[in-house]
Order: sequence, then structure tokens, then C-alpha cells
Amino acid sequence: MRSIASRNGKIKVKRSDRVIPGFGLSLGITIVMLSVLILIPLASVLLYSFQLSPDKFVTLITNRAVLFAFGTSISCAFIAALINCIFGTVLAWVLVRYDFPGKRILDGVVELPFCLPTAVAGITLSKLYSDTGWMGRIFSRIGVKISYTHIGLTIALIFIGIPFVVRAIQPVLENLDPQLEEAAYALGANPRITFFKIILSELRPALLTGFALAFARGIGEYGSVIYISGNSAKDHTQVISYVIMQKLNYMDYASATAIALVLLIISFSILFLINVIQIRQSKRTNYL
Amino acid sequence: MRNNRAWRRLLTVAVTAAVALSAVGCGSKASGNTKKDGKITITNVSYDPTRELYAAYNKEFTKYYKGKTGKDVDVVMSHGGSGGQARSVVEGADADVVTLALAHDITLVEQAGLINKDWLKEFDLDSSPYTSTIVFLVRKGNPKKIKDWDDLTKKGVDVITPDPKSSGGACWNFLAAWNYADKKFGGDESKIKEFEHALYSNVSVMDSGARGATTTFVENGQGDVLIAWENEALATLKEYPEDYELVTPSVSILAQPSVAIVDANADKNGTQKVAKDYLEYLYTDKAQELIGEYGYRPSNQTILKKYADKFDLNVNLCTIDDFGGWDSAYEKFFQDGGIFDEIYSK
Repeated sequence: MRSIASRNGKIKVKRSDRVIPGFGLSLGITIVMLSVLILIPLASVLLYSFQLSPDKFVTLITNRAVLFAFGTSISCAFIAALINCIFGTVLAWVLVRYDFPGKRILDGVVELPFCLPTAVAGITLSKLYSDTGWMGRIFSRIGVKISYTHIGLTIALIFIGIPFVVRAIQPVLENLDPQLEEAAYALGANPRITFFKIILSELRPALLTGFALAFARGIGEYGSVIYISGNSAKDHTQVISYVIMQKLNYMDYASATAIALVLLIISFSILFLINVIQIRQSKRTNYL
Repeated sequence: MRNNRAWRRLLTVAVTAAVALSAVGCGSKASGNTKKDGKITITNVSYDPTRELYAAYNKEFTKYYKGKTGKDVDVVMSHGGSGGQARSVVEGADADVVTLALAHDITLVEQAGLINKDWLKEFDLDSSPYTSTIVFLVRKGNPKKIKDWDDLTKKGVDVITPDPKSSGGACWNFLAAWNYADKKFGGDESKIKEFEHALYSNVSVMDSGARGATTTFVENGQGDVLIAWENEALATLKEYPEDYELVTPSVSILAQPSVAIVDANADKNGTQKVAKDYLEYLYTDKAQELIGEYGYRPSNQTILKKYADKFDLNVNLCTIDDFGGWDSAYEKFFQDGGIFDEIYSK
């Protein structure tokens, strides 16, 4: 493709070189899809939650159960995304750098959490990790309860979040220039320094993307979590999407959407923050 | 020249947008389910545990209707948590009849203007052709010796019951316990609250709905006792006769699953008459027998007596009216800051 990069980084493409024909047509489709699928539903969330008077809104949001649920959702999703970043990198590394029998199958298995209905995953996990299940039995012997605690909740979130991280890192790792590593070796860096200083810094933008996706998915997750979390207001194992469902089950749409709105704002600000970090980083490393 | 092109571009955007939007709009009008080649279709939106009952009942009704009118009728079923099912009807599911776990869920559909106001009196016995009650399911041999509600408040007894703040069905469990304590303590509210606090402190897993609680108790082996609907407990017993026992407490609450025609949809679909026949047939002897077989208490007293070995008929039952009806019970007990929050977060 013949293109001229202009100074501000945008790419000017000659009319005849466009892959998808018709700027008007494609923008039209984009706007329609965006509004039907994303903007209109979001606007209706906003509208519904404005049915509450401001002081009712505040009492609802500052309710102890709601605050704890926000805390649980955010902290568990954060820890799960962090763990996913570590194991996701290892997994992607194994898939990209090594050849072994069954590699294709393992590669496919990574995506299973995407296609499995989340409720099925949740019920299976809660059974496996309850103190009568296969895994849970082992852990209960050393006095660790997994199902119906924050640990179980985090495990469910790790399960649904892992594909995001692996799939974000894999292509970057595949395209990583081997010369970089060779140069580092040649200049006397040991493997540890090569990994942390060279490879990891190349991976960082992709890692951030994977982290953000897994984290965002984890905050709003419902299906896989409710069966394993125990949903106890006393032990603070209620997640925020569960509290929203509580309201919905009694058709209290106003309260449900009000909590959803706050959740949206929190998620958006976190994603925004991650984007800012990413842009800063890519400016510094000149990597885009 | 440039300007012209810009306009054309804008026009394409607008036309694409309009076409796509109208395509989306058309999609929603395409449904509708009246007579096609003489076959009538009605949709029954029900809740989870009625799956087997209605599978059998629909077969029976189809036969009866064919004999009476010569027409084939096809009943489409939908099952799920009762509250969620009511919500789906409010949000536009094309149900001709609803057969839900509590009258309150049907009231929610009524409040959306889809059901006529006097639905509760449209069919016999407050439009509830079958009833149920709250019982205990314990593990075989009853190792914790659970006989009545106060055994659930003892130390070391793990109780499984769903979250009343999430599931309407779970409220019955709370109210049944309240009824017991009310009788025991002669209406002393602070003592009743203490009792409920002790009971709910023993709850080790609180699922979002009755089905989830059953899974936790049966599949995941959690807890010593499951507070359950009698029909659910009987269904579990049928499946695992070796593993569980049913204990009927001395006092419980009469749960009245209710049925109603969704008038707005039935009028639109032209199914008002079939829907009425469908629900009225539930009261016939044949249907009442089926109901008893599938673990619900038949509303017909003579047929109920035939099942005296299956249901403990000596249990002392209160009704939701003793709590001033569902709406006031909800307000008093389960709303944010209500009695349930008070005893549970203590």
C-alpha cells in the first residue's frame, strides 16, 4: 500500500488505494452499529437512572452493601487481571517460543473460556473447588476454603480473563525481532536482564491492553461468579453485578441502572487511565 | 466541486443509517402466533420447577382440546426464575398465560398494564390451582436431628437457603421461619428477630435463587439442611432416594403459585379463549391428579387427601395474608433497610 505518513501520525491514503470502498458508506455503518449496539443502550441507562432523585441516588450508592460490592468487584477483578498477566505471559511464551506435540490443541483451549456459557463455568468451578470437590478437597485439608470465598471468586475471574491476556501478547511476541535479544546477549546481558529490560518492555503495551480487557470484563462479570461466590452480604462476597440483579429481580430498574451507571463511570475511568499510560509509554518507546 | 462531494458523502451516511435503522425496526414486528393452517399456538411463561408438570399437563390438555373442539393446540413453554420470567413478559415476551411462583410476580405484570386488574378472581381459589409449602431437605439418616425450625438455629448446623433480596421465592423461607417464631414467642418482635438472626447466621451459602441453592446442597454437598419448596424437595428425593430425607416442620407457610391470562397478548394473538380453557383445565380431576403426582399440593381437597402419604397434611400453615399481603410484606421485610437487612447485617 502506498501511503504517506504525515507529521501528526495520521495516514493519508489515496482514493484508489482504499481497501474498503466508500468512506460515506463505512462511516454510516459504523455510526449505526455504534448507536444501536452501544450508544442507545448506554443513553437509556443514563435516562433510567435519572428517575431517582439525587438524595435517593446518594443513599443507594453509599449503602454499605453496595459499597462493599463495588470494593469486592474491583479488588477481585484487579487481582485476577494481575495474576492473568503473569500466567498469560508464561502461557503465550510457551505457545510462541516452543514446539511440542499438542501445541495447536493447547492454543485452542486458551479460547474455551470465551465460548463456554459463563453459568456452566461457574457451576463447574464451584463444584470442583467446594470442600467436597476434587480440587477443593485437597485445599480444605490444609484449611483453605475456596468456593464461597473471595478466593473462589477470583479464580472464576482468572478463568474468564485469561484469553484476553494471552491473545493480546501472542502476536507481539511472535513479531518480536530476535535481533533485539541477540544484541542484548552480545552486549553482555544475562537472560534475566534480557527478559526484564528488553522483552518485557516490548510486551508492556500488549500486557496493558490484556490487563485492561481482563479487568474490565472481570468487574462486570455475573454468570461465572454468582455460583462460586456465595453472595454473602456479611462476608462481602457479593459482586456489584449481583447487587444489580437483586434490584432487577424486583423490577427496581431505577436503582439497578443507577448502580450500573456508577459501575460504568468507574470502568471507563480505569480504562481511560490505562489508555493514557499506554499512550505515554508508546511515545517514550516510540512503539505503536 | 469539493462542496458537492462532501454533500454526497453526507447523504450516503444518512441513507445508510436510515436503511440500517429501519431494518432493525422491522425485525421486532415479525413475530405473532395465531392460527396458521388451523393450528393454535399459545405460550406459557412459567418458572423453574414446573418443567416436568407442564410437560405432562400440556400433553393431557392437547388431547382434551382436540376432542372438544377438533383443533390442534401447541403449547410453547418457557421456564426460569419466577421474577426474571415476570420481567421478561413485562419487557415484551409474547406470553398468552403466565404460571408463576407467587401472586406478586403476576402483580408486577399487571402493573405494566398487560393483565386485567381482577385476575386474582378470574379462576377459582385466588387463581392458584395448586399450592406448595416450605419444608426441609436433610441428608440421609438426619445426622443433625433436624425436626423443626428451632433446630436450624443451633450451633454447628449449616443451613442452605437462597437470598430473599434476590429471589422472590426465597422470601417464603424467611416468612415461614418468622411464622414459627411468631407462634413460639407470642409475637414478641425483638425475640423473633433474634431467632431469625440466629437462623440466618447459620446460612453458609446464600445463592441467588432456589435452583442455585439446590445445586449447592445436592451437587456441591454443602450444608446440613436445605430450606426448600416441597415440590422441589420431592423432586430431589425422587432423583436421589438414597441420599436425602424430607422433614416437614410443625409450622410453615402456604405458597400459592398463581396463574393468569396475559390479556394484552392474548387479545392481540386471538388466544383469549384457548388460554382460558388451558388454565381452567388445571382444576379438573385429571389435572389435579397430575399435579399431585408431580409434587404440588392439589387445590381439590378430595384429591389432596388421596396423596396424604406424600404430603404431611398436619403442618400448620399461615398464608401471605397473615403478613398483610405481598406488597406490605416486601416493604416491611425485604426492602433496603428492612427487617432482613437488620437481622442479617447485625
